[in-house]
Amino acid sequence: MDYTFHWRPVIRKLPDLLEAALVTLEVAVLSMVIGILIGLALALIRMSGKRSTVWFAVGWIEIARNTPALLQLFFFGFGLGAFGFHLSPYMIVLCGLSFNNAGYLAENFRGGFNAIPDTQYRAARSLGMSAIQAYARIIIPQVFRIVYYPMTNQMVWAVLMSSLGMLVGFRELTGETQFLASKTFRIFEYFLFTAAIYYGLVKIILGASRLIAWRLFRY
Amino acid sequence: MSETDSIEFFTSFRVEDLWFLLEAAGRTLLISVLGISGGTVLGIAFGWLLSIGRWYGAATLGWVLDVFRSVPLIIQLVLFFNFFPIVGFPLDPFGAGTLVLVMYTSALVAQVARGGIEAVSISTRRAARSLGMSYWQDLRYVVWPIGIRAVLPSWTGVALGVLKDTALVSVLGYMELLRASQILITRTQEPFLVLAVVGAFYFALSFPIARFSERLERRWSHD
Repeated sequence: MDYTFHWRPVIRKLPDLLEAALVTLEVAVLSMVIGILIGLALALIRMSGKRSTVWFAVGWIEIARNTPALLQLFFFGFGLGAFGFHLSPYMIVLCGLSFNNAGYLAENFRGGFNAIPDTQYRAARSLGMSAIQAYARIIIPQVFRIVYYPMTNQMVWAVLMSSLGMLVGFRELTGETQFLASKTFRIFEYFLFTAAIYYGLVKIILGASRLIAWRLFRY
Repeated sequence: MSETDSIEFFTSFRVEDLWFLLEAAGRTLLISVLGISGGTVLGIAFGWLLSIGRWYGAATLGWVLDVFRSVPLIIQLVLFFNFFPIVGFPLDPFGAGTLVLVMYTSALVAQVARGGIEAVSISTRRAARSLGMSYWQDLRYVVWPIGIRAVLPSWTGVALGVLKDTALVSVLGYMELLRASQILITRTQEPFLVLAVVGAFYFALSFPIARFSERLERRWSHD
């Protein structure tokens, strides 16, 4: 082995990497919030059974789940560019991740809704609640509890998927690492540190989600 | 120089390009099959080791597999592609990509396999042993058939995930579907069309498997 490891350039740039990790976290959280809202809507549309709108939800869900996330990012990057919509790298990653998250979460939500017996809804209605009240106060809180752990998983996936930002020129954690590594050619050293940072990020998310679950689902 | 005798850099999308994409789809399929089958065999072995529940197994193997699940695949690919030459085994993109995919898949499958083994209640296994089955007979004729029914959907999910994740091997320079699309986009300047066609290829690979597993799951849940 005639390779000498040089860790000093990496350690000197560690603050830059940690700052980029915050960008990763930000885009992942935002894409989750958007994904949850759209996913909820897609699940409700798909379950409504109206032929005119179901195809839209089914199409979105199946495309999001059956094509690579990277292809979806390229679509928002180059594909939309063909029609004159030029998104910034940040928007490409945010749109791509939100599109993907919405598709996966919609199926989770559908499973959650199916797990709630119909009688719950009817009981709420017979107590005098409106349809919206019944959903907001009775059904959705129970669904949320069922899909909480799949949602946590999706959040981890969102962080890991955001690394694809490197390939569309977005300077999140992986993109920043690639940028710094290309200046010094210490590719292995840089990516090893970045791997450790991702590992830490995932652990923090899992820990936080356990803490939130402990606060929310105590009773 | 007039418009007509200038060199053409860009030519439009032709039917022959579909063959080019089909060939690339074949390479995507090849590396997926290698990664998924290798990773599944290794993952089942790891899952079994984890299910035995010795503390040193969970502390070492469990931790290593956890790292593979918590680091983006793209980082793993770049890391190992640059690591192999350091230790004196330079690998081509295909070799390095396949190796990383196998390890990544095995980390995901290990969790699934462990879940499958733990889905078989301990009393069932004790009953098998008290009927005179050996440990391996118990695994083969009791744990395997029950466990596989419990975790087939999750395994399919992992397999389909890996199929789509092979798109990342393009980063190392392996000519699979996504990289082929980049080359075509550069030549034809028709990103929307090319990406739609490539998306359709991925869809055609992934969707039938998803449907097949759904049907199998439904059939098994009836008996």
